[in-house]
Amino acid sequence: MAETILDVRDLETRFRTPDGVVHAVNGVSFGLKEGETLGVVGESGCGKSVTMLSLLRLIPSPPGEIVKGEAFFHGRDLLKMSDEEIRAVRGAQISMVFQDPMTSLNPVITIGQQLAEPLLLHLGMSRKEAETRAAELLSMVGIPNARERLKDYPHQYSGGMRQRVMIAMALSCNPQILIADEPTTALDVTIQAQIIDLVKRLRDNLGMAIIWITHDLGIIAGLAQRVIVMYGGLIIEEAEVKELYANPQHPYTIGLLKSLPRLDRKERTRLYSIEGLPPILYRKPQACPFAPRCSYAIERCWQENPPLDVVAPDHRVACWVDPETGRSRA
Amino acid sequence: MNTSEPLVRVENLVMHFPIYRGVIRRQVGAVRAVDGVTFDIQSGETLGLVGESGCGKTTVGRTILQLYRPTAGKVYFMGTDLTRLKGEELRRMRREMQMIFQDPYASLNPRMTIGEIVGEPLLVHGIAKGKELEDRVAELLQLVKLNPAFASRYPHEFSGGQRQRVGIARALALNPKFIVCDEPISALDVSIQAQVINLLEELQEKFHLTYLFVAHDLSVVRHISNRVAVMYLGIIVEIAEKNELYEHPLHPYTQALLSAVPIPDPVAEAQRKRIILEGDVPSPVNPPSGCRFRTRCPIARPICAEQVPQLRELGSGHYVACHFAENSAIA
Repeated sequence: MAETILDVRDLETRFRTPDGVVHAVNGVSFGLKEGETLGVVGESGCGKSVTMLSLLRLIPSPPGEIVKGEAFFHGRDLLKMSDEEIRAVRGAQISMVFQDPMTSLNPVITIGQQLAEPLLLHLGMSRKEAETRAAELLSMVGIPNARERLKDYPHQYSGGMRQRVMIAMALSCNPQILIADEPTTALDVTIQAQIIDLVKRLRDNLGMAIIWITHDLGIIAGLAQRVIVMYGGLIIEEAEVKELYANPQHPYTIGLLKSLPRLDRKERTRLYSIEGLPPILYRKPQACPFAPRCSYAIERCWQENPPLDVVAPDHRVACWVDPETGRSRA
Repeated sequence: MNTSEPLVRVENLVMHFPIYRGVIRRQVGAVRAVDGVTFDIQSGETLGLVGESGCGKTTVGRTILQLYRPTAGKVYFMGTDLTRLKGEELRRMRREMQMIFQDPYASLNPRMTIGEIVGEPLLVHGIAKGKELEDRVAELLQLVKLNPAFASRYPHEFSGGQRQRVGIARALALNPKFIVCDEPISALDVSIQAQVINLLEELQEKFHLTYLFVAHDLSVVRHISNRVAVMYLGIIVEIAEKNELYEHPLHPYTQALLSAVPIPDPVAEAQRKRIILEGDVPSPVNPPSGCRFRTRCPIARPICAEQVPQLRELGSGHYVACHFAENSAIA
């Protein structure tokens, strides 16, 4: 059994906005095992990115505030570390790749200098060593003439190449966990395929654990071993990847999977659609946040928030209703 | 293929955007966004137009509507060549052709109410005013499943999906025959996309609308289209009936593109073979000689750099521009 390297318990994060307090993450608990790829799926505003940014203490405060929770990484709580301690973890043992490779790179510093920065900072390399290693990293992510291209600036790279640089940078200190937040959403599909192929190869060679955040259930199907589905700042379903797609138990997951047109399907029937809109949570949800859009909702769903309960081996669901019978779970 | 006259016919459409340099603004080159595109759209049909960013698909849509005046080529709409029309004549034709935009945040004026936005085309074309206008706006909002009472609200009060419905209501205001849908769902959340796709399909049936559906999401395009055209670097590389295209793609680019789309099913994903294309799309300022795809094509040979492959028919209604389309299976 692989060891659990990250253990998040009851995380809550909220933001003060001019319109009121937004409860972005409302009690999220999950674990991550060594070398595992965990998919985190949800729509905009579901709390998936804020959860991960909270772990790395990258939430701007104010307006953001981590209200409660623990996040143990090798037995140490990331949320209680001093600024100095978390800086030593961030970018070194846990690193992150973001959606937009243009705004994540500094436009006036060469790619080489940006790649060298974490090496100088975290690994204490000399300039010369860092340059050699930076060139190795660039060729590892498939950029030809790596030594030459270290001298280039970000605008001289295409979108796909910039995202490769971000991945190289994130992997430069051999992290144990790579958090990827929609890293291919801004890219074209053929470039997305290149990046996913690259990440899979690097994962197999380097053995790091990956948390891959996305709204795309297709990417997750081919990449993750385990999947978490989020809605309203909560985990509403968690399962091993094949189990989740074959046997979804939460009405939201069921609806999402049914609403997707598929490349490999011929029939042209109307798509299933989940009516209504995802919520903006000005209050911490006291009842099921999905109830207003749920076709299975019973009275209890409007009164109490269902806990994330085990329904099958390695399969947890937060729902009062059994979708097969349409009745309350015993 | 349908033998009746198509609603839209595009012939050798070319759209080059000039690049100027220096103090005297000398033209030093051109972005060859669309470089000789020919296709028709039958009445009541949905033609899907797919390709990656910068391939020219959006420019094709805008040029058909004469939002850009083409550099060369013809656009026939109900038999009339739009590229020759000007002023009042063009304005009258525009009633029949509308557009739905990608970004529902940028395509609605934030200082106008929803009612004013949806009613504006009716006012501009002098079709309705006063009470009649109000009634028509209420009817249009109902058509797109928005509460008519929302007419007095402003765009910022609505979600992305609701704004996209407002954009659809505005496009329908003049009872058009033809709508260019330019990535109408790519800015929307997954659970909202299906709502908007279903709405577009219902409206098409109800009003016998013809769509040009421009998108990069190949799964959505397969769902909504009758025929699909694939663009690469300003030209159409393949066009066919949709099931034919998705099941028997003949162009190596189409094959790679389809293989790159993830399928939301771990079992199916595990069995798929992905064709990973090397490199990036070349610049449309200076496209490769011969076949434009040759620099990334896994089966390219010397002839591909020398001769431009013509779009030729292989099988009924299936057109492909590749020298080796007969034995192009690279998967």
